[in-house]
Amino acid sequence: MAHQEIIFAGFGGQGILSMGKFLAYAGMDENLNVSWLPSYGPEMRGGTANCSVILTNEDIGSPLVTDATTVVVMNRPSLDKFEHAIVPGGLLIMDSDLVNRESERKDIDVIKIPAQTVAEEVGSKKIANMVLLGAFVEKTGIVPMKALLKALKEHGKEQFYELNKRALERGAEYARK
Amino acid sequence: MAEKVLMKGNEAIGEAAIHAGCQCFFGYPITPQTEVAAYMARKMPKIGRVFLQAESEVAAINMVYGAAGSGVRVMTSSSSPGISLKAEGISYIAGAELPCVIVNIVRGGPGLGSIQPAQSDYFQATKGGGHGDYRLVVFAPSSVQEMVDLIQDAFDVADIYRNPVMVMGDGMLGQMMEPVEFKERPKREIPSKDSWAATGLHGRKQHHVINSLYLQPEKLEEHNKKLSKKYAEIEKNEVRYETYNCEGEVDLVVAAYGTVSRIVKNAIKILEKEGIKVGLIRPITLWPFPKKAFEEVTGRTKHGFISVELSEGQMVEDVMLSVKGRKPVYFYGRSGGMVPTPAEIAGRIRAIVGGEK
Repeated sequence: MAHQEIIFAGFGGQGILSMGKFLAYAGMDENLNVSWLPSYGPEMRGGTANCSVILTNEDIGSPLVTDATTVVVMNRPSLDKFEHAIVPGGLLIMDSDLVNRESERKDIDVIKIPAQTVAEEVGSKKIANMVLLGAFVEKTGIVPMKALLKALKEHGKEQFYELNKRALERGAEYARK
Repeated sequence: MAEKVLMKGNEAIGEAAIHAGCQCFFGYPITPQTEVAAYMARKMPKIGRVFLQAESEVAAINMVYGAAGSGVRVMTSSSSPGISLKAEGISYIAGAELPCVIVNIVRGGPGLGSIQPAQSDYFQATKGGGHGDYRLVVFAPSSVQEMVDLIQDAFDVADIYRNPVMVMGDGMLGQMMEPVEFKERPKREIPSKDSWAATGLHGRKQHHVINSLYLQPEKLEEHNKKLSKKYAEIEKNEVRYETYNCEGEVDLVVAAYGTVSRIVKNAIKILEKEGIKVGLIRPITLWPFPKKAFEEVTGRTKHGFISVELSEGQMVEDVMLSVKGRKPVYFYGRSGGMVPTPAEIAGRIRAIVGGEK
């Protein structure tokens, strides 16, 4: 059964909302039920951003994710806020360049990726989000990587496609380790 | 079959209105519905239709009044405090019997409140908002797809009854993206507007006058009676609701609409695993309220009903009126922009079924 309820969280400008969007597009193309809900409240004004994304072959109930199967964090406040929203046996993916502590959870999988460093090697720090997204898709298999690439091609900026693709692949390597 | 596209609720509202033949949109920005106006600003001029950002909500609703009077399909959208500003105009439009669609993407209140999702405008939408003996038809979608379908239906219902129709969603529905299809809608017979629309004389001797002023009490009462008759017709013909898991004997029935009904469905699944059978009645029209749906299940629900809302308790009063004291009616709500989790709702239901009142 395909079912993922994900929270992406980090600072505004890191591409948190767009990671969720590309994943939702890919899920829709794979005939899954999908929803994408951004935070739009006062927390955004404080510089943090998050979104709830659900991909499932069941009906989607609440679009607001409170029991996440996966949480992807790109800063320390997001880890503090969402670490305990992960269900037992769930997955935490974090950018270890920006999150300066370990996870306290012993009952989940944790993938740590120095996403800023990796992204810079690929060509731009701005695509650290894609490194993390690549790891997520590789680890969970919720959509095939080619579906995500198709979503990037159709809905992303063309000049960044090759860079994004390489970033996704580098992230996927971390998930295979 | 139409192609599925991933769209934000607010943008889908705009596209649905365009599909329904909306000729004019008048709005004023307010979070969390600003994307409706932004979408219309981008799209409407390109297809030769009217988008105008008014100088205020009051101006916007009066532009709607004017456009509706000329017989074109017209829409405005806002969020809670903005709808309060429009309330006077809505009453005038209802009094003058003009069709239009009003969207409210509800945020927390009262006052400026917050920008987070809420359902605390239920009273305002269903019991008045503006002054006088009038009714709004109120649609409450629970998904982006249903929002699209109901926006299109709203234009038809407005035209058929010459009455304003409100489509009300909480902030989440406006902000979230889901796949939608712009399907061919079943066609309803729309009466001609020639007998009343103010479009110029065209050789006629008699002007069409659009007005809500009746200074003679006999005339106003006559007008009020006419409106009441129309509202009775709407109550007879336009009630919409969904029931879920309500067959046979049930432990408790939840009343919930909009996004909350989806969270309730998750709670029902949690309780199912514990052997607690919970049904759901989801009003799709908040007015006319689906009283019959409650009557039908009253004899079969062991512990009665609970209304779950993003408010301090508004729809619960209509549930009580429908149940007529035959079974207990409980309430659970979060407000101010707080949204309950499925586990939280399941916990409240578990307590009631377990004997805690």
